[in-house]
Amino acid sequence: MDMPIVAIVVLAAGTLAFRLAGPLFRDRVRIPPRLEDLLSLAALVLLFALVVTSSFAGWARPAGVLVAGVLAVRKAPFPVIVIAAAATTAVLRLIGVP
Amino acid sequence: MRSISRTALRDIALVCVADAIVGASFGAIAVSGGFEPWVPVVMSLIVFAGGAQFAAIGIVMAGGGAVAAVATGLVLNARLLPFGFAVADTVKGRLYGAQLITDETVAFALKGRDARERHDYFWVSGLALFAAWNVSVVVGALAGTFIGDTDALGLDAMFPAVLLALITPALSERGVRAPVLAGGAIALAASTVLPAGVPVLLSLLGLLARPKEA
Repeated sequence: MDMPIVAIVVLAAGTLAFRLAGPLFRDRVRIPPRLEDLLSLAALVLLFALVVTSSFAGWARPAGVLVAGVLAVRKAPFPVIVIAAAATTAVLRLIGVP
Repeated sequence: MRSISRTALRDIALVCVADAIVGASFGAIAVSGGFEPWVPVVMSLIVFAGGAQFAAIGIVMAGGGAVAAVATGLVLNARLLPFGFAVADTVKGRLYGAQLITDETVAFALKGRDARERHDYFWVSGLALFAAWNVSVVVGALAGTFIGDTDALGLDAMFPAVLLALITPALSERGVRAPVLAGGAIALAASTVLPAGVPVLLSLLGLLARPKEA
């Protein structure tokens, strides 16, 4: 698996820039509330896209993710959601589901 | 730090425990997915933003390029920009505190009723979460090296499950569901023809589906 250190450093530097902009420029710049809402919404859109694109491979994995989704909607505790997803996928594979 | 109440300390401790579980999953998923243990560990120290970290390793594990991984991580972390403005007074003077700006610490800081409380909430939760997150990632990464057949254990379902668990509470807010579902559909359709990583970025087109004045 290849993740060059440069990529991690660029991600870290860009992230730090986002974090530092407020403390450094607060007196001169204001963030419009609409931009703020848009940025939070963009984060949710990306994370959900990531869920969708990383779920589909065979049948056992999406089934596990589906169980996680149902438990999440029902406000199950975090560890329960994650372990149930892995367990569902593992059991399905054990009985031969790809 | 005397202005922190017992209840607030308990809340911070609970969030630390929750984040430690996510951190341990991150370390274990990254290493069992084929990364060297230093990758999740270094990333957690210098990026310190769970969503972006999961996104970056997830895209690379799916066969996407480092550029798509970094781009997605940066778009995710753009939300920290307004957070920095929200807690600017608290961080000013000790700029290294900016590294502690996350969804959780800003939420804690904004609970404070005056400047001193906001300052204390931010710094106590920030330092505690930084410690909890990084220690748990190391533990998870070490545990990941001992896991043999990760597919048989269903660990590949853990990554999307973790993300889903993290975002589901926010999906009930007004005006969120339409763009999120549209983005997911776009990404899924695009993933049949485009290389991994690109479809995730394309999902941002789903933002066009947000209701007016939402």
